[in-house]
Amino acid sequence: MNDLDCQQFVEQVTSFLEGDLGPDAEQRFIDHLALCDGCDRYLDQVRQTVQALEGLPADSISPTTRTALLDAFRSQT
Amino acid sequence: MTIGLLVPTRRTGSEGLRACTAHGPLRDYSEPMEGLPPDEVLNPRLRQGDETAFALLLDSWSGGMLRLARSFVSTEESAAEVVQETWLAVIEGIGRFEGRSSLKTWVYRILTNTAKRRGTREHRVVPLSSVDDTGPTVDPARFRPAGEPYSGHWWEFPPAWPNPEQGLLGTEVRALLAEALAALPDRQRLVITLRDVEGYAAEEVCELLEISAANQRVLLHRARAFVRGKLEEYYTQEATP
Repeated sequence: MNDLDCQQFVEQVTSFLEGDLGPDAEQRFIDHLALCDGCDRYLDQVRQTVQALEGLPADSISPTTRTALLDAFRSQT
Repeated sequence: MTIGLLVPTRRTGSEGLRACTAHGPLRDYSEPMEGLPPDEVLNPRLRQGDETAFALLLDSWSGGMLRLARSFVSTEESAAEVVQETWLAVIEGIGRFEGRSSLKTWVYRILTNTAKRRGTREHRVVPLSSVDDTGPTVDPARFRPAGEPYSGHWWEFPPAWPNPEQGLLGTEVRALLAEALAALPDRQRLVITLRDVEGYAAEEVCELLEISAANQRVLLHRARAFVRGKLEEYYTQEATP
């Protein structure tokens, strides 16, 4: 019996992506996914969100700090 | 200044060359050597005062160190100071580093110790639970209420997003993502940054932040749902002039 609704589905997305749903819950999740275009899209958008975050450039130290550290390295050795 | 790093390393020649042009911090903590010569090449160069080698390390690791430091202290400024302090300790200690662990592990341990000391000094307390960690992550008004036919199902499907151009993020989207991350409650921001931006594994994040696996998952879930919501807002606004 598949009693998972969309509102429950969206709260299980991360557990599903992490592989943390038990076998029964996972089956119900996938059964719902197969029948619901809205949830299919939701899951896909969460995946896209993760991908977008992976593409974020990393912050780094300021050029001033970098120069200061290079100076410190030079004078130490 | 030497050109020592241009000499092909034991792995492959092209990798040795590529190392010299690698400026961005590394993404994957589990593959610390990507884009860098191996420790047995780096360590002697550092001890000999090879500035190119040191600059390469600075540029490869500082970004990740900054984010990690941010997990322990209360401000960006503090985090930057922790990273600076760490590098100074590295400079001072490199002559005594015996290579019993990898260079990166050694540097990261210094960082974690420095950051934790400072975090304690700043009385930074990350609350164990917070009101932001409960309740639905998608507005309940978007689903049919109890009593309606198909209760709990979408009133309207989430709107489609434009097709993402693989690997290319527009400047606007980047700014939006940075803004969304900044708006998150501390613990959620830490978890999603370490997991999705920085690429740490779930277990590593649990260990770093001293939280349970279930807690980590809840925080990640809420944070991702929030950021997805911000992207949805953005794309929806864009579609309706």
